[in-house]
Amino acid sequence: MQTATPSQAAPSQPAAPRDPRAYEMLDATRYACVGEMLRDALVQFKTHTAFTELDRRRVVHRLSYLDVKRAVDRLARRLEDAGIGAGDRVAIVMTNQARYPIAATAAFFRGAIVVPIDYKLTPKEREALLAHAKPRALVTEYPLFAPHAAGALEAVPLVLVSEAPEHARLGHAQRWGALDGADAPGVSDAPPTFVPRAREDVATIVYSSGTGGAPKGCMLPHRAYLAQYTALTAMFPIVAGDRYFSILPTNHAIDFMCGFLGPLCGGAMVVHQRTLRPEFLTATMKSERVTHMAVVPLLLTAFERAIREKLDALPGWQRTAVDALMQVNERLTERRPNRLVSRTLLRPIHEAFGGELRVLFCGGAFVEQERAELFNRLGLPVAIGYGLTEASTVATVNDLRPFRGDSVGRAVEGVSLRIVDADASGVGEVQLHGPTLMLGYLDDAEQTRAAFTEDGWLRTGDLGYLDASHHLHLVGRSKNMIVTRGGKNVYPEDIEGAFASVACEELAVFAEGYLWQTRGELVGERLIVVARLKAGASEVDRRRFQESLHAANQRLADYKRVHALLVTEESFPRTASMKIKRGELATLLRGTHATAETVHFGEPVEAVR
Amino acid sequence: MNATPSSDLETRLLTLAAARFGKAAGSLAPGDDIFETLGIDSIQAMEMLTEIETTFGVEIPDYELQGVTTFAGIAELVRRRLG
Repeated sequence: MQTATPSQAAPSQPAAPRDPRAYEMLDATRYACVGEMLRDALVQFKTHTAFTELDRRRVVHRLSYLDVKRAVDRLARRLEDAGIGAGDRVAIVMTNQARYPIAATAAFFRGAIVVPIDYKLTPKEREALLAHAKPRALVTEYPLFAPHAAGALEAVPLVLVSEAPEHARLGHAQRWGALDGADAPGVSDAPPTFVPRAREDVATIVYSSGTGGAPKGCMLPHRAYLAQYTALTAMFPIVAGDRYFSILPTNHAIDFMCGFLGPLCGGAMVVHQRTLRPEFLTATMKSERVTHMAVVPLLLTAFERAIREKLDALPGWQRTAVDALMQVNERLTERRPNRLVSRTLLRPIHEAFGGELRVLFCGGAFVEQERAELFNRLGLPVAIGYGLTEASTVATVNDLRPFRGDSVGRAVEGVSLRIVDADASGVGEVQLHGPTLMLGYLDDAEQTRAAFTEDGWLRTGDLGYLDASHHLHLVGRSKNMIVTRGGKNVYPEDIEGAFASVACEELAVFAEGYLWQTRGELVGERLIVVARLKAGASEVDRRRFQESLHAANQRLADYKRVHALLVTEESFPRTASMKIKRGELATLLRGTHATAETVHFGEPVEAVR
Repeated sequence: MNATPSSDLETRLLTLAAARFGKAAGSLAPGDDIFETLGIDSIQAMEMLTEIETTFGVEIPDYELQGVTTFAGIAELVRRRLG
């Protein structure tokens, strides 16, 4: 392993002037583990509403912190009775709803490790991750439990299923009443025994990739969450009276922090909505007067569409007035957002989103600058951040003082960031260091070694540069992985496996931005398939190739589909074990083909969550 | 794949989708991939579903939509709800 030469290093953000509201939150530096902090929060804020759940326009329930504490205690006791304690793993497969944080908190109470598993995966994919994580318990909900084949979950000793219909066949699984106490008969109602953990102990195992290939389970210690909580809430306090709308999947590290630990330790309320239809999202933002939410860039696109429709429907003179007001708003909020000013000036637009929105968090390199700027001009601040599961999610974020649409922000408090092996223009690999880093990948020493440098910095695989004010700008990836606009990680190797039946000599899948690195144009990055047909391929061969490729592509989950094709005559360089040498092939293709030679299949399509 | 609509429900569904996204009536088939034929993203597809629900007076939970990519697939979900 060669030693990296840091070309530029950035200090992390100076702690933002502490917002007075921050004093209402729990002080994470006083705790040794997440469970302790949650235990205090449930008592401290007992009279406040913790969760509100809606199904379309109907309120399903509102739970106080005290209600949550009761549900957590019952489940923790049940885990205890099943012998689950320090260091045991408890997997959760659930959609966004109050039962999720309740289950996670109960596991933390028992000193267990929480393993969030993506509910969007197919039952088979989930089973593969469960086989890897080997949890002692699984907590899930009936609609997600039902599609598993009988016996498929038998390796997990305790399976708890919420919302199961009366006569549902549960096999060895047991019913979990969660909120109404209607558990299986014989469940004890004695108080649970709290099991403390140390800051260095593993709190969660979060899978950063899950489909095909080797599963990468990031082991995140308690200190990572406590440090992240302190850093993020110093910049964006979330306290009693605030309402966080949780729409990114809770299994994702962002929502686990922003839609669970963050709000709960500050006494805020979390809003869940059973459907993700944009119409009901905006209706919920209005009815629950949402103040904070994290979104994927695709949803910003939908919001923008709604705003533009609203603007376009205005009569000409009114439209001119709104344009003028946007300019006034921009000038008045130049240094930092001012919700009152913006809301007064641009009332109709703000009301469409509930009128109380303080900030929209949006992750990744894939936020289009113009879109973020439009939202900001409208006084709806979009805080663009960047992070990865290996670093407990948020590594850099814009502090909105002032708003910057061109960068993913500065490193958050406690996180050190450096650019390594930079080229003449200052672009190099982004590397991170600090308390929020994972301990390593579960049961994978090799991948863990590859993830860190010799001196213990995390290699992100992302290419970027720092400007004079230490703001990070991302320009591409050094790893051949793509993060879609919907926030999914896609590995080209997975897709190549699915293309095994395609009629050609050889093919390889690349992230387009890896093949042709184009500064500042990461938006809408696509997957491209590069194929070599046999020499002298006939028209029939070509057609057969195209048809088989198309058919295989259609069988993939929408976000995994390739969007472009490049036919080449170059033979692929391979290792002795016949693995494609991707780096060499990319260099070869870059030298012999131009982007213009690719054939695009159509617009990218992907799921939001 | 491009079979003709086999039921009144499918025909109404295709007409609704064609009208919503400005496609010629009769240009869509039940077996078509929704995203590809209409050139829409998943959010636009969900917005269309809300219109479908209103039209047919049903509610389809999000989790039932996983993996459904064709008009025929949606028709089946609606049919199941209508009982």
